[in-house]
Amino acid sequence: MAGNPRELDAAIAVTRFGLGAKAGEIAAASGDPRGWLKAQIRAEGAEAFATGGETAAQRFAEYREFRRERLMARRAGAAKGGDAKGSGEDPVETTRRFIRQDAGQDVLARTRLAATTDAAFRERWALFWANHFTVSAIKAQTATLVGPYENEAVRPHVFGRFADLLGAVETHPAMLLYLDQAQSIGPNSRAAQLAGRRAGPQADGAPPRPAGLNENLAREILELHTVGVDGGYAQADVTEFARALTGLSLARPNEPQAELVVFRQPAHEPGARTVMGKRYAAGGKEQAGAILADLAAAPQTARFVCTKIARHFVADDPPPALVARLEKAWLASGGDLARVAEALVDAPEAWAPQPAKFKTPYEFVVSSYRATGGAPQGPRFGPQVNQALGGLGQRPFGAPSPKGWPDEAAPWAASDALVKRMQFAQGLAAAVGPNVQDPNALAAATLGARLSPAAATAIRRAESRPEAVALLLMTPEFQRR
Amino acid sequence: MTAFSLNRRAFAAGLALPFLARVAEAATPANRKFVVVICRGGMDGLSVAPPVGDPDYRALRGALAMGDEALKLDGTFALHPQLTAIHALARAGQARIAPAVASPDRARSHFEAQDVLETGAGGVYTTSSGWLNRTVGALSAAGKVEAISVGATAPLILRGPAQAGSWSPGRAVDTAARLPTLLQDLYRDDPLLGPALARGLATETLAQETGASGGPQMAGMRAAAAPGREASRSMGEALAGFLKAPGGPQLAAVSVDGFDSHANQAGLLNNRLAALDALVDGLHTGLGPMWKDTVVLAVTEFGRTARVNGTGGTDHGTGSTALVLGGALKPGGIVGDWPTLRQQALFENRDVYPALDLRSLEKGLLADHLGLDRRALDTTVFPDSAAVRPLLGLV
Repeated sequence: MAGNPRELDAAIAVTRFGLGAKAGEIAAASGDPRGWLKAQIRAEGAEAFATGGETAAQRFAEYREFRRERLMARRAGAAKGGDAKGSGEDPVETTRRFIRQDAGQDVLARTRLAATTDAAFRERWALFWANHFTVSAIKAQTATLVGPYENEAVRPHVFGRFADLLGAVETHPAMLLYLDQAQSIGPNSRAAQLAGRRAGPQADGAPPRPAGLNENLAREILELHTVGVDGGYAQADVTEFARALTGLSLARPNEPQAELVVFRQPAHEPGARTVMGKRYAAGGKEQAGAILADLAAAPQTARFVCTKIARHFVADDPPPALVARLEKAWLASGGDLARVAEALVDAPEAWAPQPAKFKTPYEFVVSSYRATGGAPQGPRFGPQVNQALGGLGQRPFGAPSPKGWPDEAAPWAASDALVKRMQFAQGLAAAVGPNVQDPNALAAATLGARLSPAAATAIRRAESRPEAVALLLMTPEFQRR
Repeated sequence: MTAFSLNRRAFAAGLALPFLARVAEAATPANRKFVVVICRGGMDGLSVAPPVGDPDYRALRGALAMGDEALKLDGTFALHPQLTAIHALARAGQARIAPAVASPDRARSHFEAQDVLETGAGGVYTTSSGWLNRTVGALSAAGKVEAISVGATAPLILRGPAQAGSWSPGRAVDTAARLPTLLQDLYRDDPLLGPALARGLATETLAQETGASGGPQMAGMRAAAAPGREASRSMGEALAGFLKAPGGPQLAAVSVDGFDSHANQAGLLNNRLAALDALVDGLHTGLGPMWKDTVVLAVTEFGRTARVNGTGGTDHGTGSTALVLGGALKPGGIVGDWPTLRQQALFENRDVYPALDLRSLEKGLLADHLGLDRRALDTTVFPDSAAVRPLLGLV
């Protein structure tokens, strides 16, 4: 089927670098596949998806209000000597419902953007970074913040300097809550001393609860966001970095702050810090800032992150030559992510004809919507998208850990997962299949030169349009990119 | 045992006729079941089985220290108040704790530690297959062995050369559609998708067949419908349904997520340990008489700091508690030594000392319960681990 090499390159550009072909997309890319990709790189970053105009700070204020109301309802219930269930509309339940709706609408808006955008390479690039800097909605506090976080801290910076992206995500309220930084206090800080004095011994004689350090954010910045687990740090570096980060926190509801994120000098651990062999003078927030800047510039970070980029776009076990190219572009440009994206497009290793990547569930669902034009439209599709992706093992915004979703085939290609994909394909094909005029033309437009003769034959022999569409979505070449 | 599995065993033995004597000796009784529960996120051993009788416990744990509400095991140890079903098993001699175990990994990274926990290797990122998968391979020399994981993604512990099944709750496959057959044809030469889809469809058939008698399909639907503790119980019942099915798997893996308790640990662990307890309870009641031939091992990638941290939680540590459960267990006290919480006894003045290599425990259970020989354990299942002696005598 493969005619001239540029036709195959166009199919690769749209499916491997992008999010799968929409109608006419492969044809649009076929003039200059590399130029078509590079045209999607832009300084202002990736598009935000609609979150109803609410910021993370507004969402968090709503969450706090919900907590306050729930507490009052419980107290009222206790005072009545029973549970809090009264007649009429329960304000706590109402708020809980709004919170669910907020998160559901974000998922829907993000999926719709991915399913319809003309700049799918840009979108995939943004999705990579959102996963690299995972904030998961599995905590109650972060349940409604992931969408605004991605829009505010990640998407504007994905073609800027890595240092700026790093700074934006690590000081965003969602990250501070997700990795427990908001509560971390220097053990020798004034705030800790005050708290200790105020608390005194507990009623049962146990020692006072120490206000103090939480290592979580420091560890994950080192291990997952910058130098990587082999980056050459030890437990002492984690603890020192955690001390440097103390003070970085959130404003309390009664504090008259313009910004939700604050630096509390009294909670900051006093003294100089040594992280990975370098000494950072005593001070305030500039101490952690200097460490973050050094981590962003570290060659280990370039190596670690470029390996992840290559693994995401090209192969689970990426070609070392490709990683080296990306690293070179990273180091030469001081971590300019637009230059790294261009280097990826220019790398010959990224255009190998054999697709080595097995789609994640989100990629599979989004590319299915793009292929069939079956993008979810109304708000009632929110729960549907959520449920479909949950069943496939990738609940939107619900990564199981700060490491984010896995990028390799092995975890996703479980036997049960293929059955679930088949069922999704059947369901979508039943809905959109009857309106597909020519399934053979759809297959050609979706996979271009990547469509194998065997798959084309199977689709041609299908006994119904829905069966043909389901087959297309389940072909080995559609499952891969 | 059913006629179906008898036939299968007879078939396997017939093929291996010249080695019949050896096969008969090494054969694993097909009704023995082994389940690994992976508690992800670094489960705090001192909360699972608080050493309430240890003189240093209260001072280290501060506000997190438990008192009379903990469920007493012996003079030193108790169980977390949420672990009621497991406590009942312990009183019947069917649950024991290993209070100071750790994998060989010391990096305190979730992802490294889970890699080492699940690959069974001596170091990080040296092996890409899981030790339970290689157990399937080692046991298969003596007859067909099946394994299954419960959950939408395949856990590393069961990934590898042996084809393992997986299952998660969902609606039934439309058996009238031609699509499954057409796809199997299309995947004929695909080494990744071909075997996986065939296995998935077979598991689905098994789920539907056993569904009539309240098997996995029904339990799975209940799990999808009900949140929290009941969902975990239903998952346990669903897994039991597979294990009980004729020709069903002998080995299984299931994960319980969310144990990373850096802050507000008490509430978080109440919830997570209730889920773990309900999962075990569902498995126990679901297996019925087969429970007496079952061993369940609940493990985590690392324990947490012995001291409470500044935010009502604990940070990444080393030694943790493993739970060994099942009707096949011999009754007894704690498994391995208790290094105590004296300051000099803490690992790096921070964590519970890792007194027992987790692989010792795992090797002992595989040897005693499934009859794996020492050579396979030392080389294939746990690579280069001859120096790590199996802890025998628990089964």
